[in-house]
Amino acid sequence: MKFPIYLDNHATCPMDPEVFKTMTPYFMEVFGNAASRNHEYGWTAEAAVEKARAQIAHLIGASEKEIVFTSGATESNNLALLGVADMYREKGNHIITSPIEHKAILDTCQYLERKGFEVTYLEVDQFGQVSAESVRNAITPQTILVSIMGANNEIGTINPLAEIGKVCKEKGVLFHTDAVQAIGKVKIDVEKMGIDLLSMTAHKIYGPKGVAALYVRRKNPRVRLSPMMHGGGHERGMRSGTLNVPGIVGFGKAAEIIERNFESDNARIRKLRDRLWDGIRGELDEVYLNGHSTERLTNNLNVSFAFVEGESLMMGMKELAVSSGSACTSASLEPSYVLKSIGVGEDLAHTSIRFGLGRFTTEEEIDFAIKKVVTTVKKLRDLSPLYEMAKEGIDLKSVAWTGH
Amino acid sequence: MAYTDKVLDHYENPRNVGSLDKNSTSVGTGLVGAPECGDVMKLQVEVDSETHVIKDAKFKTFGCGSAIASSSLATEWLKGKTIEEAMEIKNTQIVEELSLPPIKIHCSVLAEDAIKAAIKDYMSKQVEAVATTTAK
Repeated sequence: MKFPIYLDNHATCPMDPEVFKTMTPYFMEVFGNAASRNHEYGWTAEAAVEKARAQIAHLIGASEKEIVFTSGATESNNLALLGVADMYREKGNHIITSPIEHKAILDTCQYLERKGFEVTYLEVDQFGQVSAESVRNAITPQTILVSIMGANNEIGTINPLAEIGKVCKEKGVLFHTDAVQAIGKVKIDVEKMGIDLLSMTAHKIYGPKGVAALYVRRKNPRVRLSPMMHGGGHERGMRSGTLNVPGIVGFGKAAEIIERNFESDNARIRKLRDRLWDGIRGELDEVYLNGHSTERLTNNLNVSFAFVEGESLMMGMKELAVSSGSACTSASLEPSYVLKSIGVGEDLAHTSIRFGLGRFTTEEEIDFAIKKVVTTVKKLRDLSPLYEMAKEGIDLKSVAWTGH
Repeated sequence: MAYTDKVLDHYENPRNVGSLDKNSTSVGTGLVGAPECGDVMKLQVEVDSETHVIKDAKFKTFGCGSAIASSSLATEWLKGKTIEEAMEIKNTQIVEELSLPPIKIHCSVLAEDAIKAAIKDYMSKQVEAVATTTAK
């Protein structure tokens, strides 16, 4: 086993060796600019880009002309929101989203609010799901865009995209989804789900960092976007800039592999995830699952270990690379806004750990992780005044704490 | 976040973990912080009523590594000190000893609060004890 064991695949994934192998010729041998139309170097680079475009389009049921390459999902999300806002501002100024979106959506929405747009942040339920009904109720004649994530990056909850897409179609409102976490774990079909814009990125599907895409629907309806990058008119004028050919080639390969292995990878990872959860809750009391029990990414486990603070827990499990919703691990000193939005109390939010499994996670690693988590939680509970008080039967909610 | 060796040492081998009898008149208990804030410290001192010397100190802490280290260090420092000396312990000394970064200074503040709360609790018990004796 290689330490620390990587269980943070929501943050990023290691690259698949097959992806890396596919990319390598495109750095030094096939180095052409895909926009060079007048020689062999340009043509081969362009052909490689187009192949990748088709691989990526196929994964989400789109056509290759609908894929716009960007530098990352943050850019894709910005382009979707800012591009639509600018292009359709004559039509309306209202955008609908959820409070547990990634910061690339939330911060962009805040920027748009400062620019005179109105944003509705729909309530999510205790599991982190947005209901299609709440989307329907929030749509006004001024609504130009609904942006709801495919699956949440912290708690792994999957949204009912097809139902939301249906409502948006009925109401004639564009539907964008940040599908960064969902891709490869949830079957996405932009036609069946009524998705008009979709953000995805290579490095969350075992591809390289620094390359991503925005799917932009071309018919029924044809979505138009104001570009953010101005220049040579690449990517149908929506995103100028020389294409990252090796990155795009790797992205394409990563999309092909994840589509090919969809069933087997997800079945295997889900089994390991369930083994991890069963191992933890079999040995420890007062552990709580955050998020949905079934409508959940196959690789996600988010657990609150009551009476044990998340950062100290991670400190005791140096052999595991995980992340926490604890305030102490964030620059803001605020616990996770996602957990807060689904009604997890701040006391429990501080005790949460996110495990993100991946293609390269092994059973041996999971068994090690279970042991490590259990012994560390037990050790820290022996050290926890809260655990002691709870065991004495004291209701922690009734204590007059001296907050600071 | 990278931890200093001293913080790691206290985290790995916390000193004086445990609980003293909170009902004893010679024991003072300080419970500070809040679960919602992500840290709670319980610090207890057992004091010799004649000499005012702290004979024993114990702690339990819910919090990050720096909070655990701050309270562990505090118990080390408290043992053998008189309560008057203990009241002089400043959070800045804890910051210095553990080389806490600015973002972790609140952990040391909490430890100082815990020391003061424990000693205050002990003293109020003494006053009560005296009052009870006098009343008899």
